[in-house]
This record gives sequence, C-alpha cells and structure tokens, in this order.
Amino acid sequence: MLRLKNINSYYGQVHALKNVSLHLAKGEIVTLIGANGAGKSTLLNTLSAITPARSGELLFEGNSITTLSPSRIVELGISQVPEGRQVFKPLSVEDNLELGAYLRARKRAEKGAIRDDLAMIYELFPRLKERRKQMAGTLSGGEQQMLAIGRALMARPRLLLLDEPSMGLAPLVVQEIFRVVEALRKEKGTTVLLVEQNAKAALTLADRGYVMETGKVILEGPSGELLENHEVQRAYLGKEKKEIWER
Amino acid sequence: MKRDYLLFLLFTLVVLVAPLAFEGGYLLNVLVFMGINTMLAVALNLLLGFAGQISLGHAAFFGLGAYISGVLTANHGVNPWVALPIAALSVGVIAFLLGFPILKLKGHYLAMATLGFGIIVFIVFNETVEITGGPSGLTGIPTMKIGAMEFQGEMKSYYLIWGFTLLTMLLSINLDHSRIGRALRAIHDSEVASRVMGVNARFLKVQVFTLSAVISAVAGSLYAHTMTFVSPSSFGFNFSVELVTMVIIGGLGSIFGSFLGAALLTFLPELLRVVQDYDIVVYGLLLIVMTMYMPKGLAGGVASLARLLRPAKKRTVDHAQG
Repeated sequence: MLRLKNINSYYGQVHALKNVSLHLAKGEIVTLIGANGAGKSTLLNTLSAITPARSGELLFEGNSITTLSPSRIVELGISQVPEGRQVFKPLSVEDNLELGAYLRARKRAEKGAIRDDLAMIYELFPRLKERRKQMAGTLSGGEQQMLAIGRALMARPRLLLLDEPSMGLAPLVVQEIFRVVEALRKEKGTTVLLVEQNAKAALTLADRGYVMETGKVILEGPSGELLENHEVQRAYLGKEKKEIWER
Repeated sequence: MKRDYLLFLLFTLVVLVAPLAFEGGYLLNVLVFMGINTMLAVALNLLLGFAGQISLGHAAFFGLGAYISGVLTANHGVNPWVALPIAALSVGVIAFLLGFPILKLKGHYLAMATLGFGIIVFIVFNETVEITGGPSGLTGIPTMKIGAMEFQGEMKSYYLIWGFTLLTMLLSINLDHSRIGRALRAIHDSEVASRVMGVNARFLKVQVFTLSAVISAVAGSLYAHTMTFVSPSSFGFNFSVELVTMVIIGGLGSIFGSFLGAALLTFLPELLRVVQDYDIVVYGLLLIVMTMYMPKGLAGGVASLARLLRPAKKRTVDHAQG
C-alpha cells in the first residue's frame, strides 16, 4: 500500500531522514519506534508533504506521491494525527471535526456522507458527542487525542498516520485509544502507521515494527521478534542488561 | 449562526434610521467617518482576527484606493463609478503579488514587512508630486453621482458609505460561517495542523490578505469621493496602528466588535477635544486596560455582560448542557 524508497529529508539544516526505506501492506498496523530526534515525526511529515522529501521516492497504492501537495495527499486518503494532538483550541469540537472533512466539503454531494461520518465519530467517541459545542481547548488530554483522531478520520483515510498518541496520557486512556485503532482496522480495514515512544504498548498493538535511530532505520521485523530483541529491550523497553542476562 | 444574521438585521435598521435623529450637521459627519472606519476595521479583522496575520500597513491599501480613484477622476476625468472598481482591482493585484512573499513571514517579521510596505507607499504619495500633489494633497476629486443625484452633503454620503459598510459586514459574516472561515480560524490556531487537514494555508492567507486589501481600497475610494480631497497624512503609519487598535479593542474575530472598536476610536477624539494633546495618553491607557481586563475586546465584554444579565436559572441549564 505504502512504500518509501531511500527517502532523504531535512528538518531545517538537519539531515533528519537518511535513506529511509519502509513499506506497509494493506490493513497492517505498523509501528515506528525510536528515541527523541530519531526522525519519526519528520517521516510522517514527509509523508504528509509538510516537510517534502529531498530525494527518494514515495509510492502510495502503486503511484508516486513524492511531489504532491499536502492537500492532494489528504485527498488520496492519507491522514495524519499530528504530534501533541494540535486540535484547534478556540474552535468547538464539532468545528474541529468538520475541518477534518475540509476538502470533501467542497462538493455538495458529500454533505450527507459527512453528516454520517460525524455520527460515526460520535459513536466511536461518545464523550466527544457530549462535548460537541465545547471549545476544544477545554477538553482533557485524552479527549483532545480522541478529537484529533476523529478529525483525521473525517477525511476518510485509508492510511492513518498517528504521531505519538500516547504522549502525556494515563495508561487507561492509552489503552482506550489503542483499542479504537484496532477496531478501525478490523471494521474499516484502515492501514495504520503508528509512531510511538511507548515501545512496549506500540509493539503489542502492531503487526510489525521499525526501529529508528538518528535518521536511519536500524531494525525491522514482526512485533513479537522486536519485543524479544535484546537491543530493543535494552534501549526502548527499559530493561537492564542484567535483567536480560538473568533470564 | 442565526443570531449573527438577526443581529445584522437589527443593526441595519439602526443604521438606516440613525441619521434622522441628527438632522445633518457635525455629528452626522462623524458617523460618516465611523462608517469608513468600520469598513476598514472589518477588513483588517478578516486578516488579523480570523487568519491571525498581522498587518501594520493597512493604511497603505486604504491610501492606494483613495489615490488611484482620486487621480483617475481628478486628473483624467474618469467617472468615479468606473474609478472605484479600477482602484479595487489594482490594489487587489498589488496585494496578491505582495502576499506571496510577505505572508511566508510570521509574527514580528510579518509586522515589520507590512510596516515597511506602508512606509514605502507613504513616501510614494509624498514624493510623486506631479501625480499625487505631494504633501499638500490632491484636490478637485469629484463626488459620486447616480443619474442627476450627487452624493454630496452628510446625509447622502452617510447612506452611500454605510451601504458599502453594511455590505462588507454581511460578506464577512457569511465568510465567518463558511468552511473557509473555519479554515482561516484553524490556520490562526495551528498552521501545521490545518495543512495536515488539507487546508492550503499559504494560498488561503494570500487570498484573505487580498480580500482585506480590496475592501480597504474600496473604502479609500469612497473616502476620496466623499472628502473630494486627499493628502498623505491620512494614510501614514499612525493610521495603520489605529486600525489595529480598533480591531483589538473591538475584539479579534468579531465583526460587530470591529464596529464597536471603530465607533469608539472615531468618537473618542471628539470627546477628548477638552484634554487637547493628552488624548494620546487616554488611548494608551485604554489599550492597557482593555487588554488586561477585556482581552476579548468590546464584543467579548458585551457577551459576558449579556451572560451575567441572563436569569440565573437559565444559566445553570446551559451549563448542564455543556
């Protein structure tokens, strides 16, 4: 479904992605883990054309999307939930969701479908429905994350890019959000690329994983294997060397 | 949404009957200026309050509209009704071309760039003496006519200008409630997030900048044909700052707020005649007090007052609904 070939991207002067290649099959949940500054968010922003690739090729469903504009990418069915949620704080919950369908709303014929999707999101996150007239800035962190996901879903993506959805949230809320991601895949066949620092939770949810370090992919494999990998355990799962040896 | 249109209808009625209370004369003249200032403040609010982009050079667009219209009619005998769209269109083209490079800048840098533009235009007005008349101004600008009726005198000017002002307000209210208005507010809050939603932020900012400039130019043209005289001093840096003050005091992002801000800043100099040169001190104090105690401006203040005055029971119900 998605394939990155030798992507190079710069964040300002910093060479943030160095010959990154990865791929996602349809219906897969793939996670990208790594420390701060590894280039995970840059990778998502390169996919969304916010930080366009300097070289390399991006293929989505077989077509090159390397040089397309951010709006064209959204139209093709790639939607991002940006890091730190970035909901539009002074706008109401409902306005935020409507903005997710910004491009679709150009066509009058889509009006009904947008209504339906709004109802679908409210069903998925009943708490958003309760608060739909409220300013998004007054929501709790977890609710804002739900809103950010709901907003991205309003574009009817086939590929959902999630940037650190667990950031700053209580474990129970993270569980709830991951449960929704799983449900989306099951019910709609949505493919998901999940960027996370919470490596354990992410690898438990995902089918496969990639590990990034200073702009490069250093490891890849099925989640189970990565969870067992000593290097991953030491660097990202907080297990001491001693603990690993003792087993 | 409906409330805004209802308020607009009410406002229109008040505007239509207001002059009858004044029977012409000095106070009506102030109301004419209030109309022009309201139009300018609403235009700037689209950029500053909706899209969150500062302009410290909006007096330049107002001035360009006035001078293009003035020069075409006074020196080249063009009909004012033809000169007005020409002025609006040329200023639109200038703003559009200027917008692309300038709106890539953010915050203070954008403020500096627009300030620079304003100063350049001001200097051009002063120095191109053969065309604009230089510092002593441009005289002999004809008034607008429809058939045999000439828009001369306070009463007719009032209806001409307020007609355009009401039109501007209606257009802005419509924009506010459209998906474009929502997208502009999204850009204001987080440009990156809005782009991820597929909003073409860069182009949309240029478009709203252009729209804002075009409305300002129309106000300029109307000003020129009402005053029949223009001079550079009306379009300097001070006036740009005054426009920003109107928008902020009125309330960022509120159309009726812009009217309140414009009304206050048009009337205040008249009231402050008694304190003479110290009026600037009162402005300063007003800005400080307003930003401290009424950060949402006059519009926000009126809204909270209305909420306070509502029966307590209804308030609790509202609360329960969230």
